[in-house]
Amino acid sequence: MRDASYQEIRDSVRALCTGFDSSYWQRLDRESAYPEEFVRALTEGGWLAALIPQEYGGAGLGLAEASVVLEEINRCGGNSGACHGQMYNMGTLLRHGSEAQKRRYLPKVASGELRLQSMAVTEPTTGTNTTKLKTTAVRKGDRYLVNGQKVWVSRLQHTDLMILLARTTPLAEVKRKSEGLSIFLVDVRGALNRGLTARPIRNMVNHETNEVFFEDLEVPAANLIGEEGKGFKYILDGLNAERTLIAAECIGDGYWFVDKATRYARDRVVFDRPIGQNQGVQFPIAESYVEVEAANLMRWKACRLFDAHEPCGEEANMAKYLAAKASWEAANVCLQTHGGFGFAAEFDVERKFRETRLYQVAPISTNLILSYVAEHVLGLPRSF
Amino acid sequence: MKILTTVKRVEDYESKIKVRPDQTWIVTEGVNYRANPFDEIAVEEALRLRDANMPSEVVVVSVGPAAAATEIRSGLAMGADRGILVKHDAFVDSDGVARLLQKVIEQEKPDLVLMGKQAVDVDDNVAGQLVAEYLGWGQATFASKKESLESPEEKAKKPGLKLSADKKSVQAAREVDGGLEVLEVQLPAIVTVDLRLNVPRYASLPNIMKAKKKPIQELTPQGLSVDVTPKVKVLKVEPPPARTAGIKVPDVATLVQKLHAEAKVI
Ligand SMILES: Cc1cc2nc3c(=O)[nH]c(=O)nc-3n(C[C@H](O)[C@H](O)[C@H](O)COP(=O)(O)OP(=O)(O)OC[C@H]3O[C@@H](n4cnc5c(N)ncnc54)[C@H](O)[C@@H]3O)c2cc1C
Repeated sequence: MRDASYQEIRDSVRALCTGFDSSYWQRLDRESAYPEEFVRALTEGGWLAALIPQEYGGAGLGLAEASVVLEEINRCGGNSGACHGQMYNMGTLLRHGSEAQKRRYLPKVASGELRLQSMAVTEPTTGTNTTKLKTTAVRKGDRYLVNGQKVWVSRLQHTDLMILLARTTPLAEVKRKSEGLSIFLVDVRGALNRGLTARPIRNMVNHETNEVFFEDLEVPAANLIGEEGKGFKYILDGLNAERTLIAAECIGDGYWFVDKATRYARDRVVFDRPIGQNQGVQFPIAESYVEVEAANLMRWKACRLFDAHEPCGEEANMAKYLAAKASWEAANVCLQTHGGFGFAAEFDVERKFRETRLYQVAPISTNLILSYVAEHVLGLPRSF
Repeated sequence: MKILTTVKRVEDYESKIKVRPDQTWIVTEGVNYRANPFDEIAVEEALRLRDANMPSEVVVVSVGPAAAATEIRSGLAMGADRGILVKHDAFVDSDGVARLLQKVIEQEKPDLVLMGKQAVDVDDNVAGQLVAEYLGWGQATFASKKESLESPEEKAKKPGLKLSADKKSVQAAREVDGGLEVLEVQLPAIVTVDLRLNVPRYASLPNIMKAKKKPIQELTPQGLSVDVTPKVKVLKVEPPPARTAGIKVPDVATLVQKLHAEAKVI
């Protein structure tokens, strides 16, 4: 049943993950701690540099291979959410940065000497309506002054660099609302408490994420990525990879839940029979498996198109939608199969259940995917 | 220094192993394969010795079907320099393996041969000893070390085998009842390794990619002029008896009484 494609990568990542077993993840969850040792081991193994081209010190692999890395982490019971940003946030820099910027940062991101695993896009008052965001960056000589507020900036306490989306031309002065936004590479260490304040948000999962305030934060003009005013387009360019990678994490979760539920249903004896002998217990597990497998097909379709440099917006979005849904349903079934024990932290089910739930909301909510499909695939009228 | 290590393709111990209905062997369909864990320890030790004694070379050898190239690749992905596959699809007994290795070693002329003490599939624990015998070389079996696997030495990936300053001999510690025995063998020699010698590294992504470009030479028993017709025949394999259900005892007194009278363990 286990998907055996890219077996070498799977085996190696799995071997690494055995060093970080369920007691490791349980302890982190209990202490709301960051999986520093795990992320270090992954970095040293070069796994987070899978997508960085070889000329910049990475492995130069495709999205398919990279997705297998994250899938396996989640399939082994871990949580890629702690570090997936390091794998794909550099994409904006890679695609739109100048050669000088790439030479300066990418090799260090590849080696892990620099972490580029935060991205500040979402704002508290505008949410999904990204083009309305209010954070501004105003050019003053050789630098920009940034003012405003972001929310849900993940892994900020564990990064050196951050991708920031801010408005450089006021909304009233642009022809289209998607224009006038720009992307900056912010040196977080230099900025903390010098124009940038972060406040961690306690949340449902052990996912370090923050409210961030900018007050006259100075960013050198040399840190503008690409052309001023084109930032929104640059962000969109990175979404297909992100969506597909998140889909793969959900697939990993989905298999983990199905395996865990299957094992428990086979072993747990109540009324003198394994609970898995009852169709009321086995059918939901079988259904979860069917749905995870189906979502996986769309994930591979998205990977194939992406790696062939073909348009894949539709497939990447659908893969994320299907996979996040399948993993969540599998999570629910797994919890139900475990009965009361599903609530006990030592079974890992409740933790993974909380973790996988995130992907119906972030980085994009399911409604927005449906809206994308309705509008851009089916040609229905724009709803907002 | 040239170090030769051997890697056997074995059934993954996490796979469910079933015996074939005719009891001639196990069901191989659906079984995952991997490198013999003892051999991974041998490769790890070889890499540490190489890196502490540059310039050196580590060669990984496997005897098996074409698919065994996968296990050679995993040794190359750990960092070994090149591979040799002695290709043979049918069963080769340990004596056949030893005779093939003898020929390969005569061609390669390594200073040291590191082998797992046994393969976890058939647990023969004879190949290393036979190779030493056929070559007329010294041997140290079941190499372990004094330092624990949590020690700073292990964390620093220091070799557990101690090469002498003139590189003419190697010291190996072996676990014996109640302590350690330290042997010194003259090189070239065969050393078979035990579980507590080291913790093998994980293959990193860059090394996996490099491994794809490293050469694997293919040889055959015919080419090496070795007759591998088995001298040992597997007559029958049987699964262990199914475990019967346990019993519940009402109190400690009954438990003690049953352990004493029935299980006879106290
Ligand atoms: C743990 C966590 C980590 C995160 N990390 C980051 C990060 O690192 N960087 C970052 O920039 N952001 C991050 N986010 C933010 C995340 O991307 C947003 O939460 C998400 O895009 C939804 O935005 P919102 O929360 O403002 O919801 P809203 O936009 O307020 O939406 C609320 C609900 O209404 C629905 N909705 C809104 N408008 C419509 C519409 N027109 N039609 C139909 N339904 C609609 C949405 O689907 C959603 O269900 C993170 C969020 C979480 C929870």
